Amino acid sequence: MTDELLAVRDLKVSFGSDSGIAHVLDYVNLTIGQGEIVGLVGESGCGKTTLARAILGVLPTNAARIDAGTVHFLGDDLLKRPAEHLSTNIRGRDITFIPQDPYSSFNPVFTIGTQVMELMRWKSPRLQGDSKRGLLSRYPRQRFEADRQHVIELLNTVQLPQPEQILKKYPHEISGGQRQRLMIAMALLPDPKLIIADEPTTALDVTIQAQILKLLRQLASERNVAVLFTTHDLGTAYEICDSVTVMYAGQEMESAPSSGFFNRPSHPYTKRLLDSLPSRERGIEGIAGEIPALINPPTGCRFHPRCDFATDACAQARPDPETIDAQHWVRCYHPIKKMAAAS
Amino acid sequence: MDTFRFLARKLIEDRIALIGLIIIILLFAAAGLAPFLSTHPADVAEFHPKLRLMGPNDNNWFGTDRMGSDIYSRILYGARITISIAVIAIGASVLVGVPIGLVAGYYHGWFSDMLMRVSDVFLAVPQIVLAIAIAQTLGPAIENIILALSATYWPFWARLVYAETRSIQNEIFVEASLALGASPARVMLLHILPNISSSIIVRTTIGMGGTILTAATLGFLGLGAPAPSPEWGRMISESREFLPEAWWYATVPGIAIFLVVMAFNLLGDGLRDILDPKIRRSPSNDR
Repeated sequence: MTDELLAVRDLKVSFGSDSGIAHVLDYVNLTIGQGEIVGLVGESGCGKTTLARAILGVLPTNAARIDAGTVHFLGDDLLKRPAEHLSTNIRGRDITFIPQDPYSSFNPVFTIGTQVMELMRWKSPRLQGDSKRGLLSRYPRQRFEADRQHVIELLNTVQLPQPEQILKKYPHEISGGQRQRLMIAMALLPDPKLIIADEPTTALDVTIQAQILKLLRQLASERNVAVLFTTHDLGTAYEICDSVTVMYAGQEMESAPSSGFFNRPSHPYTKRLLDSLPSRERGIEGIAGEIPALINPPTGCRFHPRCDFATDACAQARPDPETIDAQHWVRCYHPIKKMAAAS
Repeated sequence: MDTFRFLARKLIEDRIALIGLIIIILLFAAAGLAPFLSTHPADVAEFHPKLRLMGPNDNNWFGTDRMGSDIYSRILYGARITISIAVIAIGASVLVGVPIGLVAGYYHGWFSDMLMRVSDVFLAVPQIVLAIAIAQTLGPAIENIILALSATYWPFWARLVYAETRSIQNEIFVEASLALGASPARVMLLHILPNISSSIIVRTTIGMGGTILTAATLGFLGLGAPAPSPEWGRMISESREFLPEAWWYATVPGIAIFLVVMAFNLLGDGLRDILDPKIRRSPSNDR
């Protein structure tokens, strides 16, 4: 396996709300190797975005609380670092972010060029040392020119036509696909080691989705950038990920290389999830029951009330990861060992 | 600069807003050039009892008032008073209201709540009543009118900016700049304020009309500048005793107030459409 880039260990995050404490992440583990594309798959509200935000250190401070766990990035526990260190040296430098909605992510009153150069001003890879963040600090002319050249090259790389023109436009003047390409370019600009892409294609239509995913995958592997890719679309995850981790109600259930994951799912939830994809022979098989509330969630394995194989043990405590195969582990007492390839 | 040209062209295409703008330009021209345009510049302070209450004629285009002064000349000089009241009072309201709204909208805490409750107290009393109370307490003078208007109008900007800040604040680009280490002042001034500036400009333009009307009301009630001052509201107030016969006496300042207030409202309305960032386009597509 490649060197470990990011390791989330036993991360527990809860949110305070009026009706009680919601246990959004329940001792979650996640590992990302250098240059690896990891898919984080799960239903809406299962904690994907919370995990992504916890890694970035941008959980809402007034509601969220990190109860336990560590987030090691290159061996350095980000949770122990002061906020200032994260905002100057980590976010936008080593770890960048591609948001879900490329439209509301741009400031509508400035041209794209202004906004991209604003990013480069503080996060350019050519920036030496800590940038002082005064309201009136200057952008050195020489670095501006070099940065601008870099921006234009990268816009070409993400196949945006006429980069010079695009930089002069306002965000609403370019299409959704172009905006998302631009977001990818902006995420790559500071030469990061990890890109967190939070459902980057949900706002786009299917044909554009495929192009964007291909582009993201290609650029990431060319530049040896790791990607944490959250999605609720299994097909998307299969397309671009090296490995996939499945989450359910704030717990990670199974983690495997893409091929292993789709050919022999081991967790009952994963299996049911794959079965619920519409197919011509079986139609749509849903999973009985519904997603548990995260305030007072089921004890032990949170899937047990809906699981066909559940026993008493399942409600007692969460199972430890059980290794099925190289890099394929599952947190279940009753993993499905033998599984005919569902094809 | 190209953006500015684009906005200017939009404004010209919008006929109604353009009419408003032209009237406002005329108002400023009248105020600035009053000594040259007026036929009897001395009449602001001088009386000609013999010429008292003359209808419109060759010498006095809009007639004369109860002191025999030329109404046309007095209207022109009155424009100066109107403009200075409106500009200073609105300027002060914006300078006070916008920072308060920004800070209160940006931070969530007891301090924000306190600022907004204070503005609520001002909004709870009808503007005109509060302005009368303040102007009455301080005594009749232009400065006091300006003070009374500023004190009653700033909460409108505070409220507007507060609400807009709260909504812009949740946009991803604001969160992103914060996550990348931008300071709160930077976010407020360089990211949020440009987004809400069009609302502020529109509110300010329409607010000018409202302020002029309130100022005229205060003048009408005798709270404005003292006697010989050619303040428009005061002129209408003086004319009441002579009303059915000396119709021109009340009509001319009335029309002046009406035109100016309408002009600011038309322009504000037009600007609301023109400044919508969604329709703004880059210069490259601009033909």
